Amino acid sequence: MFRKILIANRGEIACRIIKTAKRMGLSTVAVYSDADADALHVEMADEAIHLGPPPAAQSYLLIDKIVAACKETGAEAVHPGYGFLSERAAFANALAEANIVFIGPNPRAIEAMGDKIESKKFASAANVSVVPGYLGVIENAEEAVRIARDIGYPVMLKASAGGGGKGMRIAFSDAEVIEGFTRARSEAASSFGDDRVFVEKFIVNPRHIEIQVLGDKHGNVIHLNERECSIQRRNQKVIEEAPSPLLDEKTRREMGAQAVALAKAVNYDSAGTVEFVAGQDKSFYFLEMNTRLQVEHPVTELITGIDLVEQMIRVAAGEPLQLKQENVKINGWAVESRIYAEDPTRNFLPSIGRLVKYQPPEEKREGGVTVRNDTGVTEGREISIHYDPMIAKLVTHAPDRLRAIVAQADALDRFVIDGIRHNIPFLSSLMQSPRWRSGNLSTGFISEEYPEGFSPQEPQGDLAHTLAAIATLMDHIGNERKRKISGQLRGGRPVEFERERVCMLGDQRFDVCVEAQGEALIVRFAEGDQRAHRVSTQWRPGELVLEGEVDGRTVYVQARSILNGYALSHQGVDVTARVYTQREAELVAFMPKKKDAGASKHLLCPMPGLVKTVDVAEGQEVKAGEALCMVEAMKMENVLRAERDVTVKKILAKPGDSLAVDAVIMEFA
Amino acid sequence: MKHILDGLEQRRASARLGGGHKRIEAQHARGKLTARERIDLLLDHGSFEEFDMFVAHRCADFGMDQGEKISGDGVVTGWGTVNGRAIFVFAKDFTVFGGSLSETHAQKITKLQDMALKNRAPIIGLFDAGGARIQEGVAALGGYGEVFQRNVLASGVIPQISVIMGPCAGGDVYSPAMTDFIFMVRDTSYMFVTGPDVVKTVTNETVTAEELGGASVHTTKSSIADRAYDNDVEALLQMRRLIDFLPSSNQEEPPEWPAFDEVDRLDDSLDTIIPDNPNKPYDIKELIHKVVDEADFFEIQDAHARNIVVGFGRIEGRTVGFVANQPLVLAGVLDIDASKKAARFVRFCDCFNIPIVTFVDVPGFLPGTAQEYGGLIKHGAKLLFAYAEATVPKVTVITRKAFGGAYDVMASKHLRGDVNYAWPSAQIAVMGAKGAVEIIFRSDLGDPEKIAQRTKEYEDRFLSPFVAAERGYIDEVIMPHSTRKRIARALALLRHKELENPWKKHDNIPL
Repeated sequence: MFRKILIANRGEIACRIIKTAKRMGLSTVAVYSDADADALHVEMADEAIHLGPPPAAQSYLLIDKIVAACKETGAEAVHPGYGFLSERAAFANALAEANIVFIGPNPRAIEAMGDKIESKKFASAANVSVVPGYLGVIENAEEAVRIARDIGYPVMLKASAGGGGKGMRIAFSDAEVIEGFTRARSEAASSFGDDRVFVEKFIVNPRHIEIQVLGDKHGNVIHLNERECSIQRRNQKVIEEAPSPLLDEKTRREMGAQAVALAKAVNYDSAGTVEFVAGQDKSFYFLEMNTRLQVEHPVTELITGIDLVEQMIRVAAGEPLQLKQENVKINGWAVESRIYAEDPTRNFLPSIGRLVKYQPPEEKREGGVTVRNDTGVTEGREISIHYDPMIAKLVTHAPDRLRAIVAQADALDRFVIDGIRHNIPFLSSLMQSPRWRSGNLSTGFISEEYPEGFSPQEPQGDLAHTLAAIATLMDHIGNERKRKISGQLRGGRPVEFERERVCMLGDQRFDVCVEAQGEALIVRFAEGDQRAHRVSTQWRPGELVLEGEVDGRTVYVQARSILNGYALSHQGVDVTARVYTQREAELVAFMPKKKDAGASKHLLCPMPGLVKTVDVAEGQEVKAGEALCMVEAMKMENVLRAERDVTVKKILAKPGDSLAVDAVIMEFA
Repeated sequence: MKHILDGLEQRRASARLGGGHKRIEAQHARGKLTARERIDLLLDHGSFEEFDMFVAHRCADFGMDQGEKISGDGVVTGWGTVNGRAIFVFAKDFTVFGGSLSETHAQKITKLQDMALKNRAPIIGLFDAGGARIQEGVAALGGYGEVFQRNVLASGVIPQISVIMGPCAGGDVYSPAMTDFIFMVRDTSYMFVTGPDVVKTVTNETVTAEELGGASVHTTKSSIADRAYDNDVEALLQMRRLIDFLPSSNQEEPPEWPAFDEVDRLDDSLDTIIPDNPNKPYDIKELIHKVVDEADFFEIQDAHARNIVVGFGRIEGRTVGFVANQPLVLAGVLDIDASKKAARFVRFCDCFNIPIVTFVDVPGFLPGTAQEYGGLIKHGAKLLFAYAEATVPKVTVITRKAFGGAYDVMASKHLRGDVNYAWPSAQIAVMGAKGAVEIIFRSDLGDPEKIAQRTKEYEDRFLSPFVAAERGYIDEVIMPHSTRKRIARALALLRHKELENPWKKHDNIPL
C-alpha cells in the first residue's frame, strides 16, 4: 500500500478522497490554485502544493506541475477525482513515466472508452446492446422504410453531419419515415451541405441508467449495481438514486453482466461507469463508459456499503479485489441532490460570491436513515467563478425509496445557504413532485414538469395550515420574551398578548386562537374544523432552521427575519409570514398594495469613480441583486447591483469613463 | 345616575369619530390610517389612555365659531405602554381641521410634553397635518413656539421620536426636527418648510411634493429622516421594535431581556471576511449581524451616507449602539455626510447610556474640493467631538484600515476608548503603503525596484496592528471569530464604568 497520495483535484471530491485516505492511514497532498489557497481541501490535506493562477488551464490541468508536486512531496500515487485530468490518458502515461501510480484505469482503457465510435465497437464486440441503427448511406425513402421496419418503430432519422436537432425527424410509421426522410434530407443538405441521413432506434421517454463497475489488475471485474440519473437539466444530472425504480432483478443482472463484459474487454482495472439509455419497457442500450469515479458515486456506496475510493486505491496498489459479485447486495435506497450555486428562478444562471451562511444538515445515521453531505466549502468561503458551481452533494439513505426521498426533502429544508443564489428551493420542490415520487422518470422530466421554468410556490391546503401554525408559534415565542423586557410599569403584571391572532401568509389570511400548553402551543384555526393543532419547537429567534412538531409530525422550516415577520421556506414553497393581532389585521387591510414604489428609473453613480465594467446590455432583463456594473473608487471595486427586477433601457456610461457622484450610468424601462 | 354615566360613553364615542365617517373613509382611501387607529397599532392593546379628548378650539375669527365644534381639536394625546413600558403619544388627526395646529391643539401637545418629561418616559409624535390653523394667527405661532421649547428641554432627557405619516409642512416640521429620530411613510408623507406652490412663486422651480420632501428625498439626500417604511402599519410596528431598544430616559439603563443567542458563540466565518485582495470590499453588516444577538440589528439612516453604518443591536440582551465604516460603499471613507450621521448617533447613545461598539475600516477622509468647500473640517470634527466627549462604554475593533486622522476619530484609545481591539488584519498607519513610500522615499521614485522594496518594508512594518499594540494604543489583538465573545466580555466589564466630563453649561460642538 502507498504511504502518501496526491489528490489532483479540488472541491468536494478532493475532500471526499482525503477523508478515505486518512481513514486508511495514508498521508495526503492537496494541490491548489490561487483561488483555492484558503480552500477546505487544502486545509484538510497534510500538505498542499500551489499550482498556479485560478484558471484550470493554468493550474489543475497542468500535468507537469502535478508530476513535479508528486516528486516534491514523495507522493506515490495520484487520485484524479472527476473532471480535470481524470480521463486523460496522457496524464496517466506521464505519471507512469515518472513511476507514480495513477489511481484509475490503465491508459489503454481510458483511450478505448474515450472515443465514442471506438467504445461502441468495443461494446458491440463484447455483445453489449447498442442502439439499433443503420450507419450506412441510405439511398431513398423505400430503403429507409425497410431499415426502419428492421429496427422497429419508432425510429429517428438524423443527418450524418448534423447536430443541435437540425435535420432530425422522429417517425412512428412507414408514412412518417417517407415524409421524414425527404425532409430530413433536404434540411441536412441546406444546413450542412451534406444530405446523408441515417436511421436509429428512437427511445421514447428514455431514462439514464448506469452500472458501476470495479476491476483490479488481476482480471477481476464486478459490478456494484445501477444508478438512475434521469433527472437532468440540459444533460446536467441534478438528482441521482440507487437502485433504479425501473429495473427488476433480471434486467439488473443482464445490464450488470454486459457492463462487466465491456469492462473486461478493455482490461478495466479501476472504478468505472457504463452508461445506458433505457426505455420504459426496460430495454437498454449502451451509451458510453466513464473511466473515472462518478460525481454520483455516493448513492452506490450507501446501498452497497462499499467505499469506492478505498477500492480504487487498493486496486491501484495492486491488491486483488476482495469483493465477490455474489457478496454485492442492495441495501435500501439512496437519493442524491446536487446543490449548485445557480439561481433556479433565473433559468439557473450561475451565482458566485461569499457563503455568508453555510449550514448543511448534520451528517448522521439515525433510525435507519443516513444523511451524508459531500462538500468542499464551509461558511465564509467563496464560490468562485473559475470552477464548477457545485457546492455540495446531499445524499440520504433509508430502507426504502419513499423514506429516502422524505429524508432528502427534510435535509434540504434544513440546508442553509446565504450570500449566493442556489438551487435548493428547486430541489425541494422536486422532492415533492408526485411523478418523481412515483418513480415515473425520463430524461425529459424537468422540461416536462417545469415547462415554464421554476418559481417558488405559494403554500396551499394542509401545508399552508402547517406554516401558519409554525409562524404563529414563532410569533408567540417572540412575544413571550417581550413580556420579560425590563422597565415595565411597576405593580402591573407583565404585558399580556391577545390569544386571538391573525397569521398572514403572503395574502392568505388565517384567523387563529392560541393557547400555551407547557412548551407547546395549541393553535385553532377559525375556519374549517377548529381542530386543535399542537405545535412545539426548540427554535429561538435568530436561528435560521426551525425544527418543529405539528400534530406529532416533525417539520423543518427555514425562517429569515423580514420587517415585522419572517420569510419562510419549506418544501420548495417560499412565503412571507406576519402574525398580527386582530386589530392590526383589520388595519393592515386598509394598506394599499405597492408596486416597486419609489424605485429609481436610473442607476446613479454613488460616488466619484471610474467605470471598470458594464455587465449588462441594453434591453436586458435584470433581476434584483444582479450586478449591473463595477465602479472603482478610492481604489476599491464597487459592484453596483439592481435593487429590483428591471429592464435596462439605455446605458450611458462605458468602461473607462470617469463619473461624478449621481452621474446617470444607465436608465431602466 | 346610569343615564349620566352613559352620557360619558356617548360623548367619548362622538369624540372618537373625529372628523366623522366621511373623512375617515377619505383617510383610508389615501392609504392612511386615522390618528386613533395609529395609536392602536403603536401601543399595547387596550393600554391607551386619552387625555383632553373634549378640548375644542376657542377661535371666533373668520367664522370659526360657526358650525359644529369638533372635540379633540385635531390632535389625539395620551399615554399607554409598549411591551409594558410607558410611552406618551400624540397623533395629529387629519380628519379634524386637517390636523392643523391651533392654540388649544398646541396646549394639548405641550401638556403631554410636560408630563413625559416629568415622568421620564419617551414621547412619540405622529404627524399628518396641514400646518398652522391660519385663522388663529399668531396664537398658532405661539403654540408652535411652546412645543419647540419643550422639545429642546426634553432633548437628551427622554427619547423623542417623530413619525411623519402625511403632510408635515411649515411650522409643523420644526418640532420633529428637534426630536431624536424622524421616520417617514413612503408615498403618503412629505416634509418641507415651504411647499411646491411657494417654491414656484419664489424660485420658479417646478417640483412635486414628493420630489421636494418625500421619504426618498429625506432618507437619501437630506438625511432629515432616519428611515422610511412602506405603510402606516409597517412603520408603527417598527416603532414598537425601536422602543424595545431605547431606555425611557437618560437616568435609566437601556432595557434588557433574556438573550436567546449564546454570548460566547464563535463564528469561524469571520476569519475569512477580510478579502485577500486589499482592494476588495466586504460587507461590514455581515460582521454586525454575526456579532449582535440573533442577528437583530435596527439600522438608522440605512439609505444615507451608506459609507458608515449606525444602528442598534443587543449583546447579552442589552442595547448597544454600533458604528461601523462600510467598505462596500466608497471604501468606508469618512466624508461630510458620514461624519454628521455617525456624530449624531454617537451623541444619542451617549445621552441615553447606550454603550458604543465601533468597527473600524477607514481609509481616511474623502479628499476633494466638494468636501473641503462643504466644510469637511468642521463636519469631520463633529464625529471626533462626539466620540471624545462620550462617557458611555466604548469598545472599538479595528478590522482592517485605520489610516490617518480617521484612525484617531474612530473611537481610538486617545479619545478615551475603553477597550480597543484589533484583528490581525488591521493596518494602523498614517496612510497606505503607496502614498507613504512616495513621500518618504521621493528620491527613489525613478527606481521601481527600490520603490517596491521600500513598499514591502513599509507594509511589513506599519500595515499591521502591532506597531499600535506595542504602544498600547491597542489593548489586545483578537481573532475575528471571537469578536462577539470579546465584545460581550468588554461590555460586561464596563457595565459599571464611572466617567464624568468637567462641569459645563454645555459644550460647544462645531455645529
